[in-house]
Amino acid sequence: MYQAIVFLPLIGFLIAGLFGRVLGARPAEIITTAFLFISCALAWVAFFQVGFGGHDAHVQVMRWIHVGDLKIDWAFRIDTMTVIMLIVVTTVSSLVHLYSIGYMHEDPSRQRFFAYLSLFTFAMLMLVTADNLVQLFFGWEGVGLASYLLIGFWYEKPSANAAAMKAFVVNRVGDFGFMLGIFAVFVMTGSVTFDAVFAQAPSLVGKSINFLGHAWDAPTVIALLLFVGAMGKSAQFLLHTWLPDAMEGPTPVSALIHAATMVTAGVFMVARMSPIFELSHTALSVVMLVGATTAMFAATVALVQNDIKKVIAYSTCSQLGYMFVAMGAGAYSVGIFHLFTHACFKALLFLCAGSVINAMHHEQDMRHMGGLYKKIPFTYAMMLIGTLAITGFPFLAGYYSKDAIIEAAWASDNSFALYGWVMTVAAAALTSFYSWRLVFMTFHGHPHDHHHYENAHESPLAMTIPLGVLAVGSVFAGMVFYGDFVGHHVQDFFRQSIFMGAENHILHEMHDIPGWAAYAPTVMMALGFLVAYWFYVLDPSVPVALVRSQDALYQFLLNKWYFDEIYNFIIIRPVLWIGRVLWKQGDGRIIDGLGPDGISARVLDVTASVVRLQSGYLYHYAFVMLIGVAAFITWFMFAGV
Amino acid sequence: MTTWPILSVVTFLPLVGALFILVVRGDDVVSARNARWVALWTTLVTFIVSLLLLPGFDSKAAGFQFVEKHPWLGDVAAYHMGVDGISLPLVILTTFLMPFCILASWESVKKRVKEYMIAFLVLETLMVGTFCALDLVLFYFYFEASLIPMFLIIGIWGGPRRIYASFKFFLYTLAGSVLLMLAIMAIYWQAGTTDVPTLMTHGFPVGMQTWLWLAFFASFAVKMPMWPVHTWLPDAHVEAPTAGSVILAGVLLKMGGYGFIRYSLPMFPDASHLFAPLVFTLSVVAIIYTSLVALVQTDIKKLIAYSSVAHMGFVTMGLFAMNEQGLQGAMFLMISHGFVSGALFLCVGVIYDRMHTRDISAYGGLVKRMPLYATAFMIFTMANVGLPGTSGFVGEFLTMLAAFERNSWIAFFAATGVIFSAAYALWLYWRVIFGPLEKDNLKGILDLSPREIAILVPLVVITILFGFWPAPILDMTSTAVNAVVARTDTVASAVKTATLMFSF
Repeated sequence: MYQAIVFLPLIGFLIAGLFGRVLGARPAEIITTAFLFISCALAWVAFFQVGFGGHDAHVQVMRWIHVGDLKIDWAFRIDTMTVIMLIVVTTVSSLVHLYSIGYMHEDPSRQRFFAYLSLFTFAMLMLVTADNLVQLFFGWEGVGLASYLLIGFWYEKPSANAAAMKAFVVNRVGDFGFMLGIFAVFVMTGSVTFDAVFAQAPSLVGKSINFLGHAWDAPTVIALLLFVGAMGKSAQFLLHTWLPDAMEGPTPVSALIHAATMVTAGVFMVARMSPIFELSHTALSVVMLVGATTAMFAATVALVQNDIKKVIAYSTCSQLGYMFVAMGAGAYSVGIFHLFTHACFKALLFLCAGSVINAMHHEQDMRHMGGLYKKIPFTYAMMLIGTLAITGFPFLAGYYSKDAIIEAAWASDNSFALYGWVMTVAAAALTSFYSWRLVFMTFHGHPHDHHHYENAHESPLAMTIPLGVLAVGSVFAGMVFYGDFVGHHVQDFFRQSIFMGAENHILHEMHDIPGWAAYAPTVMMALGFLVAYWFYVLDPSVPVALVRSQDALYQFLLNKWYFDEIYNFIIIRPVLWIGRVLWKQGDGRIIDGLGPDGISARVLDVTASVVRLQSGYLYHYAFVMLIGVAAFITWFMFAGV
Repeated sequence: MTTWPILSVVTFLPLVGALFILVVRGDDVVSARNARWVALWTTLVTFIVSLLLLPGFDSKAAGFQFVEKHPWLGDVAAYHMGVDGISLPLVILTTFLMPFCILASWESVKKRVKEYMIAFLVLETLMVGTFCALDLVLFYFYFEASLIPMFLIIGIWGGPRRIYASFKFFLYTLAGSVLLMLAIMAIYWQAGTTDVPTLMTHGFPVGMQTWLWLAFFASFAVKMPMWPVHTWLPDAHVEAPTAGSVILAGVLLKMGGYGFIRYSLPMFPDASHLFAPLVFTLSVVAIIYTSLVALVQTDIKKLIAYSSVAHMGFVTMGLFAMNEQGLQGAMFLMISHGFVSGALFLCVGVIYDRMHTRDISAYGGLVKRMPLYATAFMIFTMANVGLPGTSGFVGEFLTMLAAFERNSWIAFFAATGVIFSAAYALWLYWRVIFGPLEKDNLKGILDLSPREIAILVPLVVITILFGFWPAPILDMTSTAVNAVVARTDTVASAVKTATLMFSF
């Protein structure tokens, strides 16, 4: 069964990829989508069997790299963490496949699109089922490749190509750390298989590893190196720059890869490696610091963006920060809970945005929208549900998971616990503001582009069904699963799949926080809504005046804190400059100049005096050739002695 | 085990083909056609015969197999051939790549076809011989003689600056070979034999090892090529015809790595330990330096050539980590790089044959007209950046892991190559394949022909196959590599004991 879940998307990819041109677009769509739905159904069966039935499993597929002590297999590790990710990935992916049939119906290369989607799903499933770090890395890079291909799907757009390449390269910066982390794990534990590593983990306490000429605390080094990988994939502060640009890809891709699944791989990895992270207070502090900073930073940028997808992208970035705050607090199950609910409402928001974009004929600038609720009421309703869920409206999905994170941050003994709490609470207000701003600018007010407005139409059924399903998830996912992820059943539900140290009582302590702290996020949510309502419904002149009076701040936020410009200035340009210097000066002038060119120049000086020998007559050449041959023969004979 | 001299057959069969081409008569067109077909069949049969080595090969057995030994050159040297897990994959890599080279030259080589094919067949004999030779003199003969056909291939069928490139190539490699020859003579005087299996356990005096190691290093480092003696490679690649580049990157570069693992490590283990830091430094410099240089290239072939140098940096780093992961990884990376870089040069050849330029800026938007080509090129690009699931990953991963076990600094710097390689490879892909198809002369460009499909499909298949299932190569090399590791380890532990005793 597990093989079927993982390999059906691969088969779909191969069919659509290899025979897509022969089969035609429609069969390729149907095959890949059908395979995904089967895979999804099986994943739900697995979820109940493993999550509630407790039937953990280990499935050996084949040998991969066996060299000396290093034994890496293709194998699946099926436990609660895995099955949670399985249902998230397959459900969102199958819905996105279905949605794409509607969304992409005008595109000439749909086969390619569906092949890539299935390839992505396969790689993601390999990632979440991995039983060792290297297979996880395979999935990790595989989703990176699929993401690269899908961001650059419209390859004629230079901006899409640039974004695709940026995504891959920035992710590679993270992978750089990830790989070193894998090496460090192998050196310290002699294995890369999770079972063996986790069994060894307690013995790492107090051990040191020699890294870069200094003996460091081993768990801290390993955890931090792995976390660098997670920062790349999950677009955390400093390595976040690729995610907003990734919105160049088709919107279903943004929903699947850059909201619900791939970007959460970093969170998954940290939770998976909890036996290591749990050993290092320092590493958890860094995780919380980075997570909280990202949550706040991305939310501030989202406040002023005008592209509907960019707003949601920064929102994703911010919500990923929340998940890392939970990880840093040691409340791994809570972080996974937010991952789970976030997948529902963020995929919903993106697909709604796609529906809006579809209705507006590929217009993405919210300043050209407005008043759309009359034209596309279903999308509007779904968008409202998504917005309520993300802002943490009581009893919807985000309310349970996000509030739990903020409570965990408060109760944690992490060095940055207070910072984490302040940042997440403040970001909650901003989340509410930018989410409602998006709704008001898009659906309320007066239409700004009458031509597009008049032609706006509700999306076809293939697109609205996924919206409905995700909306159900966004409403109920929090309520139904709260007990299993946060409440009293955590231990029964997760069992061995996450590890919490003996002193880690965060799940109990977070229930004992003072009332005002518990209600703070809800108050913030309401505050954000009210300000957004005031700014964009009651009196639209207020934000305009605000922008005019605070222009510097506005530009700073609008330009995303100038990260792209800074990186361009301090990294990209110097690197290219160094490359050119090394090429022209290093290779050209120094090495060649002192080496072959210099020597041949001297040789030429000598031959200049011999040049009169070259009379052009055939026998002269023959003579020279004879000498040459003689020289060769002498040389060989000499060699033979 | 077979009784017929299978290694000699594999080695000299191409030479028979070459002789056959030599006696072919007829007008130019007919003789050219015949030469092509004869060359193709010869290389194919050679490949098939070399595959016959596999069933008879026992990967668990220690020492050399299919050994042939006949007296030659009196007492000094013998005709001694044999393979083990280190040389066998390289032999098969060579015979495997040759038919592709012949096919790749099918239409692009128009002048002196006969001579061209003869040069290639002779080259094949010499390359296979290099990997099979078990006598230093014999090895030296093959190793150095392989220079000549390559020199001719670049010098006669190369691009506009072929003379400069071929002389640069010649100068560099000749400089190394003189030292190698002196070292071989010194070895003969000291050990009284040039028989490789004997020498591998001989145990030279430590002081002498140092000098011998340096002499061998001079030759192999140029062949690899290691920084800073790499500058011949980009020029040679740029000017060489496509098939020449394939063989150059695919096989000739591996002779350096093969030399290290076959001769330097087991014969001079003390010196290898002594000089390991130097090799690590050069490797890491090569990885970062050439990756940065690759980033700013404007010529497609030059870019790939520089990336080859960077990959060879991973190989030398793995070799001198002198542990099992390092050597296995280096071997795997050599094999994998053999066909991946070969395939990349074939890909460049495909568009070069159509547009007659290698300038990156002359291309753009090819995917619109050439989807098959774009797919193949994407797969090889990904293998080049070491994406897991392609053969490129296994070797890079193992060599870096091995280096980390030795010293985390090396692994740290080498791992930056992972970032740079993604940058230069994807940027190249973007500029050539993606983007709008705007240039008028590209608008009529044709996708892969059946001949080109026949060339690229097998390469795509093995690139992915060995990415998911590297076991065949790893198992083949395992025993032989462990013998080398054991040999270097004994010395290392001896050194350790010595220092311990001194410390008391």
